[in-house]
Amino acid sequence: MKLISCIIRPYRLDEVRDALAAAGVSGITVTEVRGFGRQKGHTEMYRGAEYVVDFLPKLKVDVVVTDEQLDGALEAIQQSARTGNVGDGKIFVSPVEQVVRIRTGELDADAL
Amino acid sequence: MLLVSPVSHAAEAAPTVDKGDVAWMLTSTLLVLLMTVPGLALFYGGLVRSKNVLSILMQVMTVFSMIVVLWVIYGYTLAFNGGNAFIGNLDKLFLKGVTKDSLAATFTTGVALPEYVFVVFQSTFAGITGALIVGAFAERMRFRAVLVFCALWFTFAYLPIAHMVWYGPDGFMFAKGALDFAGGTVVHINAGIAGLVGAYFVGPRLGLGRESMKPHNVTFTMVGAAILWVGWFGFNAGSNLESNAGAALAFINTLVATAAAVLVWLLIEAVHKGKPSMVGGASGAVAGLVAITPACGTVGPMGSIAIGAAASLACVWGVTGLKKLLRADDALDVFGVHGVGGIVGALLTGVFSAPMLGGTGYGSGNSTMLQQVGVQALGVGVTLVWSGVVSVIAYLVVKLIFGLRVSAEAEREGLDITSHGESAYEG
Repeated sequence: MKLISCIIRPYRLDEVRDALAAAGVSGITVTEVRGFGRQKGHTEMYRGAEYVVDFLPKLKVDVVVTDEQLDGALEAIQQSARTGNVGDGKIFVSPVEQVVRIRTGELDADAL
Repeated sequence: MLLVSPVSHAAEAAPTVDKGDVAWMLTSTLLVLLMTVPGLALFYGGLVRSKNVLSILMQVMTVFSMIVVLWVIYGYTLAFNGGNAFIGNLDKLFLKGVTKDSLAATFTTGVALPEYVFVVFQSTFAGITGALIVGAFAERMRFRAVLVFCALWFTFAYLPIAHMVWYGPDGFMFAKGALDFAGGTVVHINAGIAGLVGAYFVGPRLGLGRESMKPHNVTFTMVGAAILWVGWFGFNAGSNLESNAGAALAFINTLVATAAAVLVWLLIEAVHKGKPSMVGGASGAVAGLVAITPACGTVGPMGSIAIGAAASLACVWGVTGLKKLLRADDALDVFGVHGVGGIVGALLTGVFSAPMLGGTGYGSGNSTMLQQVGVQALGVGVTLVWSGVVSVIAYLVVKLIFGLRVSAEAEREGLDITSHGESAYEG
């Protein structure tokens, strides 16, 4: 099993959610985060004062998938989150050792 | 041409009280209240950080309330009753002798207002002037220090200057024919310099220049500026004291000067910064309103457009170039907008009151533009020095009594929680 953590543009969330659902992923967790990559920040101006905003609002989407689902899920996220401009985000994949569904005690793939 | 003293017409025929005038003046009084709470409060509230929004709302509302009470106790009599060239007397202390039957003069011989109307209208002027100051030392001053300072400043700066400029025929500036129709000198320059002195005495906000101090809610600022604009018609057109063509002149001038100032401020931003901003639009509106205030009764609409445009030019510089030059953390640009805008307005009043530029003429005793501008400049100078000196002394006194500034920890945490035990927003 793999954990896919991806950073996406906030307004792409609905598309990513739909694409993941279509790829057979059953649940996702979304967190509001701030950060920057190559997009860097932007400058805001209030009266005479300039403020450099380093950290841009992004969403972090966490999903855990079986090894078989991984490629489909990655493809789904890429397709749905991409705009072609800097700031589209990144996807991180890491191994997951164990999953437990709290309600039933099911383990691993059954618990996803 | 200016606000004049209550009359005693014992020997003459009884002056008439026009119900239309009374209705307009009570409406104008309400409009000036609208300018302050909520207008100014929201304008300032949006410009501060979210941890200090309740603190600034509180300061505006409380200072306004306190000054209105002080006004009826001793302010009215010291500003608008007898005395000498610099201050009135105490004959109407606690509004002694002011009754349903007593009258105040208007600009027309034989037409009067109930004295209560004049007293309450003027109370809102004093109130908003005090409330304007708090923007300069926003986000770091002790609440009690704010109140005590404003009470001292009201007593020793606002009252004498209101008397000097508006009390005819004895007031020092009034006698020289200075024109200040609705308070460019008395309200805006007066408050602006008090704010600037305060910004020096209280010191810059912690983290200034290193941490983001951007406005937390520009929508509030827009709503506040819009309410200020609406309310300002009571401030300016109400200063005519009668519901007639004079009020209409002040009204149209207030409208077009402000519109011109908004456009010019946005144009400057668009050209210089690449983007016109909402805070800029709101600031332009306030700059235009401030600058047309002294002029609104004596210039023509085209002169108003020129004054509004000039005000934006000057105030953009006031909040950028001048602010850097002065090295004071005038947090919400009280001096940059009200002080600078007030000075521009006061001086240009002398220019555009000229009949050949569409104005209604100079103040009594002045026959050339140069003379009038000279008198206006004198008024500006006297106000800057008087209000400045009173402010220095008042801040020192307050500092000695209990200190001006909250602790560093309190400032970091925000004044809403540490001074008032409330927070504006969850999470």
